[in-house]
Amino acid sequence: MNAKRLIALGLAGIMGLSLLSGCGKTQEKSEAPQQSTTSEKPTYVFVAKDVQNPYMQKVYEGFEKAVNEVGATALYKGPESATPEKQIEIINQLVAQKVSGIAISANDADALQPALQEAMKAGISVVSLDSAVNKDSRQVHIQQADPEKIGRGLIQAAYEMINGEGGIAILSATAQATNQNLWIEWMKKELDENKEKYAKTPLVKIAYGDDDPTKSTSETQALLTDPSIKVIIAPTTVGMLAAGKVLQDKKSSVKLTGLGLPSEMAPFIEDGTCPWMYLWNPVDIGYLAGYAIDALHTKKITGAVGDTFTAGSLGEKVVTEDASKGTEIMLGDPFKFDPDNIGVWKDVY
Amino acid sequence: MAKEFVKQAVRSDGSREIAAERQFSIKSFFMQWEWMLVAILLIINIINTCLSPNYANFNNIMNAMRDFLDKAIIVFPMAFVILLGEIDISVASIMALSSVLMGMAYQAGVPMPLAIGIALLVGTACGFINGIILVKFPELSSMIVTLSTQIIYRGIASILLETKSVGGFPSWFSQFGWGKVGTIPIILIFVIIEAAFFAYVLHYTKFGRRTYAMGNSVTVSRFSGIKTDHVKLIIFTVLGLFSGIAAVFLASKMGSVRPDVAKGYELDIIAMVVLGGVASSGGKGNILGTALAVLVIGFLRYGLGLVNVTSQVIMIIVGALLIIAVAIPNFRESIGKANWYIKLTSLVKQTNER
Amino acid sequence: MEKVKKLVLSNIREISLILVIIILSIFVQYRSGGKFITVENISDLMTETAILAILSAGMMVVIITAGIDLSIGSVMALAGMVGTTVLKYNKSMPSVVIILIAMVIGTICGLINGTLVAKLKILPIIATLGMMNVFRGITYLISNGKWVMQADMTPQFMGIATGKLFGINNLVVMAMIIYGIAYIFMNYTRTGRKIYAVGNSEESARVSGIKTDKTIRLAYTIMGLVAGFAGILYVCKFAVAQGETAVGYEMNVIAACVLGGVSVSGGTGRVPGVLLGALLLGILNNAMPLIKISSFWQEAIRGLIILLSIIANSLIQRNVQAKALRRRNI
Repeated sequence: MNAKRLIALGLAGIMGLSLLSGCGKTQEKSEAPQQSTTSEKPTYVFVAKDVQNPYMQKVYEGFEKAVNEVGATALYKGPESATPEKQIEIINQLVAQKVSGIAISANDADALQPALQEAMKAGISVVSLDSAVNKDSRQVHIQQADPEKIGRGLIQAAYEMINGEGGIAILSATAQATNQNLWIEWMKKELDENKEKYAKTPLVKIAYGDDDPTKSTSETQALLTDPSIKVIIAPTTVGMLAAGKVLQDKKSSVKLTGLGLPSEMAPFIEDGTCPWMYLWNPVDIGYLAGYAIDALHTKKITGAVGDTFTAGSLGEKVVTEDASKGTEIMLGDPFKFDPDNIGVWKDVY
Repeated sequence: MAKEFVKQAVRSDGSREIAAERQFSIKSFFMQWEWMLVAILLIINIINTCLSPNYANFNNIMNAMRDFLDKAIIVFPMAFVILLGEIDISVASIMALSSVLMGMAYQAGVPMPLAIGIALLVGTACGFINGIILVKFPELSSMIVTLSTQIIYRGIASILLETKSVGGFPSWFSQFGWGKVGTIPIILIFVIIEAAFFAYVLHYTKFGRRTYAMGNSVTVSRFSGIKTDHVKLIIFTVLGLFSGIAAVFLASKMGSVRPDVAKGYELDIIAMVVLGGVASSGGKGNILGTALAVLVIGFLRYGLGLVNVTSQVIMIIVGALLIIAVAIPNFRESIGKANWYIKLTSLVKQTNER
Repeated sequence: MEKVKKLVLSNIREISLILVIIILSIFVQYRSGGKFITVENISDLMTETAILAILSAGMMVVIITAGIDLSIGSVMALAGMVGTTVLKYNKSMPSVVIILIAMVIGTICGLINGTLVAKLKILPIIATLGMMNVFRGITYLISNGKWVMQADMTPQFMGIATGKLFGINNLVVMAMIIYGIAYIFMNYTRTGRKIYAVGNSEESARVSGIKTDKTIRLAYTIMGLVAGFAGILYVCKFAVAQGETAVGYEMNVIAACVLGGVSVSGGTGRVPGVLLGALLLGILNNAMPLIKISSFWQEAIRGLIILLSIIANSLIQRNVQAKALRRRNI
């Protein structure tokens, strides 16, 4: 019995080793199949938080457009559910594929650091967009809009919608998403710094819908069991949609605002469930990221403060410093969607 | 590992003679599960190499191993659990809780090596709790008990850390997940040693034999004098310990801990064990098969991911692979090897008589 | 008195569940300041639990045959996705047809599972684990990574989940009908009894002439049918069909069954018990936000209550058995 096992192990081991060494030779001989990334055209990859999110898909639309404009190949990758572990796996695979640039919307600000640093060591340009990674994990971050403006703006909107009286609840995405936590911080700051104004509109609860429609729905229902809550802020498109449906179904008097896709939220803005909301153009974010990553890869910029480059139809963009002493490129200001303009925008994105 | 070769011969008076002998025949040696896995592994490697030039690169393969080997740490003790005829779906939650407590300890000022020790301790404790409940309440199935502890452990992790994550570990800590000795990742070395250890225990110690016995029949084992309670408790506790170890490696890989790490790991781990030939009805299987299964699933995922096959397609392939791998031996059995043998020998006898 | 004792003892499982539910309800009512037992809340509770209950009825059949089906979450997703995709491109299709399509998909999935387990003799946990991946992968492929959203559905379709019949929500009505069917099926039809027999001891069942293979395959097919049905209801209720629909849901269903007295080793389990088990889980989910338990605590508490319930049940069973044993010895 011992002999047999040893033989088995030995044969397996020999096979394994010969495979690895033998394959090394065939590598030179075999023609490069479809995914040759070491050839002329650079490949830029957009790694989404989760590959099915409609918002992420819109971002990729812009990304692909920009990348194609500069004559490179674009790739869309992402996990099926928003976890950082899966993003690490994807990053490692991309490093092995020797892609030229990675633009990532992160599920966790810190967890991807070792993986992204390996990527940068391998010569791959790294930018983050939408949801940032910490400043050591990236060369530059593409910021959609000033988080301070978003945070404060949403609280002010909520305050107005309920005429200054009632509890505020926040329906967020995943508990570790960088952008979410940043905006929530600014919301809290707005409330803290103006205590007299917001005396009657306290922050009652923060719920996490994990960017999953089912969970967001259950969380919204749980929020509705608290009669003190009069307005829900959902700074995530998935959360907005789920909450909107719940409020509509229950014909609730609770108001809704946040960051939503006009195409999804049009029915809710039209019927008043959501008096108004904010967003920016996700296609533009992807577009800007595409140009940024190409600028980095082709060494037009290095990601240092003050660098400028042209981002296609978006014009000149400049790298600035962000709150955490990292570098970022700002897209613009948040845009308000209300019953007056929703008709136009719902077909755009 | 030697298969018992059942010979059925037909005597001249028509009665059947059945002799069971251990025979080393080339055919039965190669028909074993493990060789099938080797074959699958070969096929996968060939396909992957053809698909992408970046696959058969030593460095890349080593890096790829880093990604799936953290599950492999848990796969070997899990094989013991499944050999017993039990199951433990709480392993991912044990990982979460261990890493969260490690992070919190470190944050509170505990020196890192001690914090790591806390992770291992927590893992062991969780495994112990699982084991104790199962031992004291043997009428409860391990599925439902570990189902509830799965929820509880992760729930505790959520209570402790809520939405926060703890990071900022000392830079040497990332060596566990990322470090290499020469070109070999540290985690690979660890897993090899671990696999060898478990293989030794399973195949060469009394404890291993007892595990097999219990998997076949708990009652018979108990009446044969095996302390079934002890064995069960030890196995579950060890599983908890290694979950804690895996948690440390994962935390090192990510540089931070969160309450929702390792979500979904348990099913992957069980799939690897099952693919390795460990029958969940207990009593069949070995470590070599399990190790091969880990490689099969790991390389499959990696190779396909390298050519950007969507993870959904990979899912289908892994699922189908699991089923086909289990179905083939059953298929052969249901056709009936023994029947053929009888028919063949009686045919031979008949032609001889003519 | 003897008769009452006998009645209690033979239904000890269900009675202890009812007791737990009553105690829990009183506790929650008190702590939430009277918000638990209101018409609106109970109606919400029932609606929330309906889908879980429907699935539990199907899962019960499978578990009683000493099997398990881990793929129901994926089957639900697949059926829901196919149904809503058809709806998306054929908005005029009547909802009944959509439901039927989903049920057919579910039945096919169940049939595949059943064949794997019964004919190819693959262990249920392995077969359904593998198929869980396969079905979900197919779901992603069909949807091409996109979600089917509200805008793709018709109000008529979405009304299935929100509509009412005689003042009771549609979903609850459907659950009640299904439980009625389940009760009659398991207790008063030959096939139902066969299922119990196969679960108790497959060998004995086969020897006594029951076609065990067919029975087992039927059990999984039933589960598939129910899962398809529940799947389309699920996506209707949440007004979205995505690749991630119902991931992990199978665990809830298994928990409900086990709480309801179904033994994973097969052969035991009763319809009323399963209904109570699902109800208990539903109450847990509904009640916790009401008594303002932080969402971070909810998971742990839910797990703890499940664990305590099964331990308590185990202790009660032991007690009952010990008493029965003593009586026999005398």
